[in-house]
Amino acid sequence: MPGELKIRVNEQVRTVSAAPDTPLLYVLAGELELQGPRFGCGLAQCGSCSVLVNGVETRSCVTPVSDVQGKSITTLEGLPAWYAAQKKLRSAPPLHPVQQALIDEQAVQCGYCFNGMIIKASELLSKVPQPTEAQIRTAMNGHLCRCGTYPRVIKAIQRASRAMAGVA
Amino acid sequence: MSSVIRRDFLKTGGALIIGFSLRESLPAEDRGSVAGPPDAKQIDTWLAIHTDNTATVYIGFAELGQGNSTALLQVAAEELDLEMSQVRTVQLDTNVTPNQGGTYSSASIQRGGPQVRTAAAEARQALLQMASQKLEAPVEHLTVAKGVVSVAGSPDRSVTYGALVPDKPFHLAFTGTAPVKPPAEYKVVGARIPRNDIPDKVNGRYVYVQHVHLRGMLHGRVVRPRGQRAYGSGAKVGSLDESSIAEIPGARVVRRGDFVGVVAENEWDAVRAARQLKVTWDTAPTLPTQARLHEQMRAAKTTDRVVVQRGDVAGALAKAAHVVSESYRGPYQAHAPFGPNCAVAHVMPDRALVVCSTQDVYGTRNGLARLLDMPAEKIRVQYYEGSGTFGHSCYDDAAQAAALLSRLADKPVRLQFMRWDEHGWDNYGPAHVGEVQVASDAAGKIIAYQYEGWQHNWSAVETSAQLAGTPAADWPGGAAQQVSALNCGGMYDIANLRLVNHQLPGKDYLKGGWLRSPLDLSFSFASEQTIDALAYLAEIDPYQFRRQNITDARWLTVLDAVARSAKWTPRRAASQRSDGKVATGRGIGLGTHLVSYGAAVAEIEIHKETGRVVAKRLHGAVDAGLVVNPAFVENQISGQLVQTASRMFKEEVTFNTTNVTSLDWNSYPVLRFEECPEVTPIVVQRLNERSTGAGEEVMAAAAAAIANAFFDATGVRVREYPLTPSRVLAALSRAA
Repeated sequence: MPGELKIRVNEQVRTVSAAPDTPLLYVLAGELELQGPRFGCGLAQCGSCSVLVNGVETRSCVTPVSDVQGKSITTLEGLPAWYAAQKKLRSAPPLHPVQQALIDEQAVQCGYCFNGMIIKASELLSKVPQPTEAQIRTAMNGHLCRCGTYPRVIKAIQRASRAMAGVA
Repeated sequence: MSSVIRRDFLKTGGALIIGFSLRESLPAEDRGSVAGPPDAKQIDTWLAIHTDNTATVYIGFAELGQGNSTALLQVAAEELDLEMSQVRTVQLDTNVTPNQGGTYSSASIQRGGPQVRTAAAEARQALLQMASQKLEAPVEHLTVAKGVVSVAGSPDRSVTYGALVPDKPFHLAFTGTAPVKPPAEYKVVGARIPRNDIPDKVNGRYVYVQHVHLRGMLHGRVVRPRGQRAYGSGAKVGSLDESSIAEIPGARVVRRGDFVGVVAENEWDAVRAARQLKVTWDTAPTLPTQARLHEQMRAAKTTDRVVVQRGDVAGALAKAAHVVSESYRGPYQAHAPFGPNCAVAHVMPDRALVVCSTQDVYGTRNGLARLLDMPAEKIRVQYYEGSGTFGHSCYDDAAQAAALLSRLADKPVRLQFMRWDEHGWDNYGPAHVGEVQVASDAAGKIIAYQYEGWQHNWSAVETSAQLAGTPAADWPGGAAQQVSALNCGGMYDIANLRLVNHQLPGKDYLKGGWLRSPLDLSFSFASEQTIDALAYLAEIDPYQFRRQNITDARWLTVLDAVARSAKWTPRRAASQRSDGKVATGRGIGLGTHLVSYGAAVAEIEIHKETGRVVAKRLHGAVDAGLVVNPAFVENQISGQLVQTASRMFKEEVTFNTTNVTSLDWNSYPVLRFEECPEVTPIVVQRLNERSTGAGEEVMAAAAAAIANAFFDATGVRVREYPLTPSRVLAALSRAA
């Protein structure tokens, strides 16, 4: 039965009324009306629904909402602030460097997979600030794109890595 | 506008006035209040000028991630002498946007460009006439920049478009007679302007159809067997136990015939109910045995048609120095959009609203009218982008399922297909058998060519309609469903040529539909490998062999462009094979879709022990006439090359005699980052040629180049794709 649960999303505590076994995706996209995490397969195979849970890329379509209580969830919408906190910037930039790099590379086609691409690339760069191309390919391998944007995503991640190296 | 406001606007706007676009669609106060299509012979249908000296251009093509919503604005801005920041467009809507035909065949620029260009030119002409009166100066003395009309030599005498037509209609017939700019004067057309849709697609504010909500709506799911049967057999409910979902509050079953769905206020309840509902289905086998699919196709009773016949093929074959006669096979492949299709519908007794991600709002409206038995003009269809569809995925089926659920539940309903619905009930790109005979004289001049192709047509009835009672029917014939006169030898000068199409009965096979570059990968896989084999027999480099058999300057140009990009050096194919565990090879190929010119070079790597094949580098060149935005076409070429690698190495719909069994990304794998090739896109710009398609015109060439690279590396021809490890190992061991 639906009960009241408190979860921390993009540094705000939100009270949601969902059964504990409800996948986090349906809470984020439905009740909280966030547009970043989105349905792709419901099977943790594609990366469409990815969010960061305590900084770790997580498939929200198979993660029960009860599992993330007490943890910090970051969605695409909260990524610039998450980046600012990591880098100890005074204020959040309008976009995470990965987002800006994807615009600069004009990497996007339909863009539906880019929520997961951006979340995963941000996680990668938070752990490996200057990844090799092979490291990028390996890290991103669990994220699918039907439009074939992989080559430009790789270039964008490299560009973001360079941009982040320039930030204190 | 933030995403939340947008969604609130949708919700508070009420069912029939959803869409923030309407606010931008003034001046005509009644725009959107009556059923379309708006009159294409009126300038007001195509554009509106606003008081703030900006313009809204009404475009009848869907943004599918290819950038046409920006490119067509470039065309309008160019003719209107406006900056890109002064033009915008709106979402497709049958009450608002003109009917330019669907966004098919990569025709947005080809077909829509001239319409938008001439409409904008005619509006500019009218604006100049108004300015002439206002400024009391002859039109010939007027100049325009950024929508400000000035008298030449007297810049203080000026007036803006916005002052001339301040949110007011032109009330002017669109005759198509106004002169357009000569291409030599283009400033905006041909420029690499960034896409308008990209920023919101990365910041999360872009509204996909999956984000659209209506006030008071329920969430719906369809309940179907996992994986379709033969198209003609649909699905038949044996028994259905509604009590099996009794414990899920608010969830209920809705049904018409064999169309079964569940609706619930809470989305997760709808997902659970669909999963939990106990339904038994007729499981009688209706499909061919997959391993014998192509043999069954080859032996089937078909409807035959000679597509092209010239000269005397048999006579030329009899006296040829070199003859190659080969048979090739292509698989069923799925659209498998990355996000399964979704639609929101509110069907009322006398009218309906359906929001979906169709390629053609007017075509979808006609299908809904038949399904709902409601006049088309009582149905409003609005477009929101979904994930890349690459042809006729399940978007019409989703629209129809949402409409049926809404009618049966008597509420607005949002229908989201699950992954297995989309993968399992797609209109697949049909499987193909191609038999090719090609012959040359001793000098390597092609003297005879014959291609016979077997495949079925597309499916004309959507699954939802079929399950609700409409009998299955094949799509009527059409150029993209039969042996292609362009891809099957059409680029070469061949005196004796015969193309025969064998149409299979579609109801005995899987559902079919147009999948990006329909059938072309199979055609070129067969035809261009046979051409390559002939070059090999004639002991001529495959690039040079093609060159010497082509006179068309545009085919030669793309061929040369791609060879130059790949630094092609002449040698006979398979002349540098390695005995190592990893063989590398290069291949070249030509091909296109219905128009334009495509050429590709592939460099691949074959791991002989595992059978794994990887494309290391793909070069693709396209001549699509006048290219409005070369950066967009480069992005399209890159995407086509990667998708072709996916289709050549990975993608194959699987089935047993009862059901399709490839229902997710494990059972229907696609190319991933680790196997992604480097890609080099090449745009051949031709400012003085009419624009033609560029969204699918290099895939056939790339498919052929990959197959020819396999031969170059191994000396073995592959007869069937995708080149999966098991197929590769089998081909290598047969040859050994």
